[in-house]
Amino acid sequence: MKGVIDKNVWVSAVVLGVFGVVGATGVALTHWLTEARIEQAYVAERLKQINEILPKGRYDNDLLRDVIIVPAGKLCEKVDVTVYRARRQGKDVAAIFETTAPNGYSGPIRLLVGVNSDGSIAGVRVLEHNETPGLGDRIELRKSPWVLGFNGKSLGEPPLARWAVKRDGGDFDQFTGATISPRAVTQAVRNALLYFAQHRDEVFAPVADKASPAIEKHKY
Amino acid sequence: MNSYLEILKNGLWKNNSGLVQLLGLCPLLAVSSTAINGFGLGFATLVTLVLSNTIVSLIRNFIRPEVRIPVFVLVIASVVTAIDLLLNAYFHELHGILGIFIPLIVTNCVVIARAEAFASKNTVPHAALDGFAMGLGFTSLLVVLGSARELVGQGTLFSQANLIFGDIAANWRITVFHDYPGFLIAVLPPGAFFGLGILIAIKNIIDSHLEKRATAAAPGVVAESSAGTS
Repeated sequence: MKGVIDKNVWVSAVVLGVFGVVGATGVALTHWLTEARIEQAYVAERLKQINEILPKGRYDNDLLRDVIIVPAGKLCEKVDVTVYRARRQGKDVAAIFETTAPNGYSGPIRLLVGVNSDGSIAGVRVLEHNETPGLGDRIELRKSPWVLGFNGKSLGEPPLARWAVKRDGGDFDQFTGATISPRAVTQAVRNALLYFAQHRDEVFAPVADKASPAIEKHKY
Repeated sequence: MNSYLEILKNGLWKNNSGLVQLLGLCPLLAVSSTAINGFGLGFATLVTLVLSNTIVSLIRNFIRPEVRIPVFVLVIASVVTAIDLLLNAYFHELHGILGIFIPLIVTNCVVIARAEAFASKNTVPHAALDGFAMGLGFTSLLVVLGSARELVGQGTLFSQANLIFGDIAANWRITVFHDYPGFLIAVLPPGAFFGLGILIAIKNIIDSHLEKRATAAAPGVVAESSAGTS
């Protein structure tokens, strides 16, 4: 076969191969050098988001490692839900649900729902969404204080039947021109509260600390 | 095209990648919604251009012409991947905001255009400066367009400066219009297109004024600026 292929082609192939190896090595090296720091950055980012709902003074455990996973189908239909448990001096303080509202206007909305041990909401924050700028994106705290309206609410207050947006006969505001986004978030918060009420013991049950917290990476 | 000053002027104005060559428009339009976002991606592109041009120039005598384009792409992709990892590690929040547009720098035509048209045919210092000049021209455009869109769209300037410059920059945000209702179109892609079009028009107006002044000052002598882009 060798006589059929021009020598130049071989040389070009080798040259390309060498550059390929060099490039890949450079990337691998950079990855190795930055791996630890990137992991730390994700952990710090998640902690910062949780601390917005639950200030540091309220708990003293390693929140990011005291975690259970609620398998898909039990709380959130398609996605596992991570629950961070906050405790102080051994007592249960709050549970932070990292859950997903599947029915946003432009896809799923990832949120943090913090539930105090007494069943009241410590806070809700949107982590990631694709909602329409200027309309649905007002579920973000940066764009509007709407999401603060969940603070302190619980399954009795308002009663379950009124845990919806006003358009659906509930107590929570929707936005002019955008009902689907607030509806999705309100439903997800309600579902988290329901799960908390029905499985409270499971939610706080101690498990062996995980080796390292599993945190979602930036989406591409 | 040999003096350093020529290279600088070329990248910044005469052959500006966004205003004249019209390359790299996808990231330009998508990320120029605020001044800081524009600066962030512009800076990443500038570093890519300098590194890519330098490396291509260093290896220019070892690349076989038949495989030069794949080799350029390899170099650029490796450089951008490394930059992406470094941004994730050291500017984590900005990395989350710029998202997919960092890896997309690989597809930014300016980078491969400069590798092919300049870096592969010039010495390392010239190539590096060209990368810097093109990157600076691109970043300046991103910052100007980003500032305009932020001002018209949100009424502020330099919001979220802390993403790049750290906690000291937390107060850099200037609220130019208070209680601004917001002009959504400016923040969305159509606003980017309009903004870029206006900036290109302004540049062309400036150029034609400069040309008129040059020919008025020395009639009959071919003005340097009218020699066109080169």
